[in-house]
Amino acid sequence: MIGSSLREDGREYNELRPLKIEVGVLDRADGSAYLEVGGNKILVAVYGPRESYIRRLLKPNTGVIRCRYNMAPFSVDDRKRPGPDRRSSEISKITADALRPALMLENYPRSMVDVFIEVIEAEGGTRCAGITAASVALADAGIPMKDIVVGCAAGKVNNEIVLDLSEVEDKEGQADLPLAIMPRTGEITLLQSDGDLSESEFSKALELAMDGCMQVSEIQKEALRKKYTDE
Amino acid sequence: MDNNAYGDFMIYVDNKDLVIPGQILADDEFYPGRGTFKDSGNICSSVMGLVSLRNKKIRVIPLKSKYVPKKGDVVIGKISDVKFSMWELDINSPYSGMLPAFEVFGREKKELNKVFDIGDVLFLRVVEVDEVKKAKLGLKGRGMGKFKGGVIVDITPTKVPRLIGKKGSMINMIKDKTKCNIVVGQNGLVWVSGDKEMENITKDIIKLIEAEAHTSGLTDRIKNKLTLIIDGEEAVEEEDFDDYFDDQLEKPKLQNFKDELEQEELEEKKNDDKDFIDSYKEIKKQNKKDNKNSLSVGKSNTNFYSILNKKDDY
Amino acid sequence: MNIIPEITKESIKNLIDSNQREDGRTIDQYRDISIETDVISKAEGSARVKIGKTQVIVGIKPQIGAPFPDTPNVGVLMTNCELLPMADPKFEPGPPSEDSIELARVVDRGIRESELVDLEKLCIEEGKNVWMLFIDLHVIDNGGNLFDAAELAVMAALSTTKLPMATIEDGEIVLDEEKTIDLPLKDKVAMCTFVKIGSEMVLDPTLTEESVADARLNIGVTGEGKICAMQKGGPQPLTKEEIFTCVNISMSKTKELLEKLDK
Repeated sequence: MIGSSLREDGREYNELRPLKIEVGVLDRADGSAYLEVGGNKILVAVYGPRESYIRRLLKPNTGVIRCRYNMAPFSVDDRKRPGPDRRSSEISKITADALRPALMLENYPRSMVDVFIEVIEAEGGTRCAGITAASVALADAGIPMKDIVVGCAAGKVNNEIVLDLSEVEDKEGQADLPLAIMPRTGEITLLQSDGDLSESEFSKALELAMDGCMQVSEIQKEALRKKYTDE
Repeated sequence: MDNNAYGDFMIYVDNKDLVIPGQILADDEFYPGRGTFKDSGNICSSVMGLVSLRNKKIRVIPLKSKYVPKKGDVVIGKISDVKFSMWELDINSPYSGMLPAFEVFGREKKELNKVFDIGDVLFLRVVEVDEVKKAKLGLKGRGMGKFKGGVIVDITPTKVPRLIGKKGSMINMIKDKTKCNIVVGQNGLVWVSGDKEMENITKDIIKLIEAEAHTSGLTDRIKNKLTLIIDGEEAVEEEDFDDYFDDQLEKPKLQNFKDELEQEELEEKKNDDKDFIDSYKEIKKQNKKDNKNSLSVGKSNTNFYSILNKKDDY
Repeated sequence: MNIIPEITKESIKNLIDSNQREDGRTIDQYRDISIETDVISKAEGSARVKIGKTQVIVGIKPQIGAPFPDTPNVGVLMTNCELLPMADPKFEPGPPSEDSIELARVVDRGIRESELVDLEKLCIEEGKNVWMLFIDLHVIDNGGNLFDAAELAVMAALSTTKLPMATIEDGEIVLDEEKTIDLPLKDKVAMCTFVKIGSEMVLDPTLTEESVADARLNIGVTGEGKICAMQKGGPQPLTKEEIFTCVNISMSKTKELLEKLDK
């Protein structure tokens, strides 16, 4: 195939979709971020550390994090019934797991940090985009962290390993590998994979997703700095 | 990143630089202060904030944070519940405070809700903090007790030193201009009382200081703004003044907290908690002053609100 | 759980008594309003409305379904509201609260009773298939007065809603996504919300004003100046005079709101 690296939307194999992050978009929340990547529109609010009445979740020696990933009914082609389903419950859990290693909440025992991720519009890769936006909102809320966690996926489409799958690529592709890392150390905090990858394809996809995370990380940092340098 | 040689050590940031969580600040020949942590030979920032360098100690002053009670702090709290032998207070924190009845009555028996009831706002001191951060509060101290009248303004607790200013320069200037009585709690709650219109102006000014705490020349800009609103004056030289500071703002480096930080750092050499003591002394002082609201008030400038509203446009 | 300080109640009442408000408005003045439409490309109609610090997003999704047996030739409207936990520390995740159901129903009443959507034109096949419009209301930032923001957002989203052409071929419904028609609208609606503070009725309350208010009144008015929906809320009563005053103000204020929609 001539120009085999060219994808359905014209991107190179290692090219991200256009990405934009804004910090501090909500008034009530302690921290917030809005992220657009491709056709995804994601809003994240952070509250806390705050008191919680769900005592069984609290820990005597540290603060804890709780995530809620939710898709708006109008965010997808066929209206989604409001409320949690099995998919969003799983994503809520792994998002909390992905963010937790970076948090330094020892100074806030018996408190809770709430992360609310709202998918306003979905176009493939919402879990990674949600994690990326959530860690920016956490930083905006002043939550102490070791690093700003960042998410990005790679996958296999037309037997090629490509970065940041769009909705069409995700549907037609052979594999999807969402990843989240702490960029300073390169430690992995989220890894999923579905589909069909050989060992060498897997390592290629992982490297590519890592590379994508590093690119997204720069945009996160820029967005955070922009809030306090633009006036 | 700038690599500055500091003797044999490496440092990658300047004083007052804006940093973000995980950012490497220096190698671990430096001392990690608040807002930083050590990781594989480096000192990194744990929060979004401004670098404060003193000798070989690096701190990061967070731009936002929640109040965690500390013994000796003075706070403003609101009664959220009345129990058998104590009041429970919301102190603008993940942790609640409690005021035991004996702190108020001694051994006397009285009905608690006849003294302080739900919704009352009090000026208190943190007497003790237990291992789960619950704060025991007391009222021993000048000016402590229940507020009557006035309004409450909340700011992020990390901006309290900025609101007070170097040796109280900011807060005294505001009091002087508005003739309002102002009490600042370490927990980010501020009580303002005076002429109704002045209360409103003071409230907006405090919010403006919170929003622009990280910019340079703030005390002078606030002073000019207050002069303009209250006296209706717009002296030519003051316009030049504004331009001068605008120039400064365009510099790539944030010259945040500038004067106040430097002062604070000097004082920190002697005592790490000196900044708090300064603020505390200031708070004590403000309670000694009489509250006179007899000054006549100039026309309020409606533009004022549009200036403040700017920050709402995200 | 969230207790309003007594001195805050006092200071707001004192301000209102002298016809002032904490943000400098008069008691019958709206905060700044912004309306954006077509904010979600996957929704057939959408809008984001800000009133002061309050922000709501509305998305409209049409689906084909069976009509109600007693109205076989009219389309169906469904309004659903989520007070997202991101919007306010007091909003909890979970099934819709009473407040969110009340909000959805009051907003729905304004739309339904003004008969602004020509529901008969939403009939595809009498007794079998009609368009069902799902109006989903997402409250993302609560700065007070969700009612007016929500009604305005729904109105803005409806007025930009486009339906795919539906035709029947060989007894099967065929949708043409390329060819769309505008949602048939006959009228407009806007809502004005007042709260009673002290002895005054205050338009477009902020969150703090709502928290110290004794009572609330919502008034929905159509483009033709007809009252189509009302709701009295809050713990204290209202007098007839207070209600008449609000109705009178809402006549001119809803016109102002509707003019903003046309821009």
